[in-house]
Amino acid sequence: MIEVKHLTKRYGNHTAVSDLSFTIEQGQIYGFLGPNGAGKSTTMNIMTGCLAATSGEVFIDGHDIFEEPMEAKKCIGYLPEQPPLYLDRTPREYLTFVARAKGLPEKEIPAHVDHVMEVTQTTDVANRLIKNLSKGYKQRVGIAQALLGDPEIIILDEPTVGLDPRQIIEIRELIGRLGESHTVILSSHILSEVQAICKTILIISQGKLVACDTPENLEKLFAGTATVELEALASGAEAEQILGTVPGITHLEVTNGGGTCHARVESGREDDRNLCADIFFAFSHAGKAIVSMGAARASLEDIFIELTGAKPEEPHTAHKPAEDAPGDLPEPAPEAEEKEDENE
Amino acid sequence: MKAIFKHELSSYFTSLTGYVFGAFLLLFAGIYMMAYNLNALYTNFEYVMSGMSFVFLVIVPILTMRTLAEERRQKTDQLLYSLPISMTEVVLGKYAAMLVMLLIPVLIICVYPLILSAYGNVYLPASFSAILGFFCLGAALLAIGTYVSSVTESQAVAAGLCFVVMLVNYFLADVASLLSTTAFSSLAAFAALALVIAGVVYLMTKNGFASLMCAAVLEAALVAVYVVDSSLYEGLFPELMEQLSLFERFYVLVDGVFDVTSLVYLISVAALFLFLSVQSLEKRRWSE
Repeated sequence: MIEVKHLTKRYGNHTAVSDLSFTIEQGQIYGFLGPNGAGKSTTMNIMTGCLAATSGEVFIDGHDIFEEPMEAKKCIGYLPEQPPLYLDRTPREYLTFVARAKGLPEKEIPAHVDHVMEVTQTTDVANRLIKNLSKGYKQRVGIAQALLGDPEIIILDEPTVGLDPRQIIEIRELIGRLGESHTVILSSHILSEVQAICKTILIISQGKLVACDTPENLEKLFAGTATVELEALASGAEAEQILGTVPGITHLEVTNGGGTCHARVESGREDDRNLCADIFFAFSHAGKAIVSMGAARASLEDIFIELTGAKPEEPHTAHKPAEDAPGDLPEPAPEAEEKEDENE
Repeated sequence: MKAIFKHELSSYFTSLTGYVFGAFLLLFAGIYMMAYNLNALYTNFEYVMSGMSFVFLVIVPILTMRTLAEERRQKTDQLLYSLPISMTEVVLGKYAAMLVMLLIPVLIICVYPLILSAYGNVYLPASFSAILGFFCLGAALLAIGTYVSSVTESQAVAAGLCFVVMLVNYFLADVASLLSTTAFSSLAAFAALALVIAGVVYLMTKNGFASLMCAAVLEAALVAVYVVDSSLYEGLFPELMEQLSLFERFYVLVDGVFDVTSLVYLISVAALFLFLSVQSLEKRRWSE
C-alpha cells in the first residue's frame, strides 16, 4: 500500500527524518508514535506530497509521490496537524470546495458531502461558519475533508490534540470505524491513545524508526521474565520465608507495612500465571492471606521511554539501530545521537 | 482549477473585498467622468481612464494581499499541497477569479462612453482601446500583487509591499525624466545595478565566489562597452526605466495609439509574475 524507502529530510543542518524505511499494509490502523519533534509530522507531510524530501522514495499504491503526485494524492486523504479550514466558510461550502478540487463529478458532490458529514457527525453544524465551531467540530470537519473522494488511505496527524476527553473518545470511535474500511495512519505522542486504536505501532525517535510491531508483541518483547507483585497479610520476614519455598525466583523485594507487606517477585520463568499459582499455594499452605496479586508486565509506556527517552545528554551509545533496517525489525537499542534542536 | 476559481470568486463576494474593489473603481470612474466629460466637456473618454489609473495603487493590494499569504498563515496551503491539483492550477484559478473581479467594473465602465456618445461626438474606438489597456494594465498589476502575496505570510506585509511596488511603478517614468542623461551617469547607474544583482546572487546561493565572479563579469562588460562606444549609454538608464514602467505602456493607448506591443508587454509581465508565483509556491514545499 505505502512504501517508504530511505527517506531523509534535512532543514539546513538539522536532520528531521533520517533514512526512514517502512511498509504499510492495506486495511489496518497504524500509529506513528514519538515524542514531539521526532519527525512524525515531517514524515506525514512528505508522504502526502506537502513537502519534498531531501532524498528517498515514497510509493503510494505503486505511484511515486514525487514523480506521479496526482495519481498518488488521489489515494490519500490527509488531515494535517492544524486542520486546514477556511474559517469564513460553512462546513458544507468548504467540503463542496474540497470535493470539487478532488475532481469528483459535480452531480455526485452534494450526496457525497452529506455522506461524509453523516459519518463524521457534522450534519448539525453544516450551515454554521467554521470559525464559530468548537475545536472538536473543526477537527471532525477536517477529517470529513480527508474522507471526501473515498481515498483508500487516510492519514491523520495528531487528530485528538487539544480536544476534551469526551471529544477524544468520539474521535477515537470514529477512527475505529474508519479503520474497518480504510487504511488509517495516525500520529500521536500520547501512548494510551495509540495503544487503544492501533493494530500496529511505529515508534519514531529523532527521525528514525526504532520499533514497528503490534502493541501486544512490543509488550511481550520487552516483558522479559515473569514478574509478580503482591500484597499479603503477613510480616515482611514471614513473606520472605514463604516465597523462599517457591522455586525459580531470581529476585525478591519485600517492603513491610503495618500488618501487611508488599512483595515484588522476579523469576526466570516465562509464564507468569504459573508463578502466581505457586505463590498462591505457598501462602495458603502457610495460612497467610494474599490480598492482591498481579503480573507486572512492562507497559508500553516503559518501552516507549526506553526506546525514545535514551538519556539525551549522553553523546554516543554503544549500539545504534542498524542503518538500513527494514521497517518491520523492532530495534531495542536505545537511541542517543547528537541531540539537536527538536523544533519542527 | 475550476474548484479554486469558484472558491475564490465566492470568497470575494462573501467578504467585503469584492464590493470594495468594484465600488472604488466605479466611484473614481464616476468622479473623473463628471470632471472631464460632464464639467469640462471633453469628448475623450480616454482621459477618464488615464486619470483614474492611480486607483490601482490602492485596489490591487486590496484584492491580492490575502490570496496566497492568507493560505499560508491559516495553514490551508497544506490542504492545497495535499489535493490532487497542481500549483499552476491553484495560481491560475486564483488569478482568474481576480480578473473576473476586475472585469465586472470594467464592463460597467464600458457603458459610459456609449451613454456619452448619445450626447456628443465620442470617438468610440479610442475610448474602448483605452478601456482595454486599462484592463490589461490591471491584469499585469494583479499578477505582480499575486507574486508579492506568495512571498510573505502576512496580509499586511503583502499589502504594504504590493503598494510600494505599485507606487514605484507609477512614478518610474517621472523619476526617469529627472535623471541625468549623460553616458557616464548611465554607466554609474548600471554599475550599481550590477552590484545589486551580485548581492542577490549571494543571498540566493550563499556562494561568495559566484557572486564576486558575477559582479566582476558584469562590471567588466559594462566598462568594456563604455570604452568601445560611450554614446550607447547616453540616456540609456532613464530610457530603460521608462520602458519598464507598466503605466507608461497604458498611456500609449490612452493617447489614441492602438499599440499591440504595449498590450503584449503587459500580458507578458502578467505571465511572468504568475510563473514566479507558481515557482514561489513550489519552493515552499522544499524549505517549509
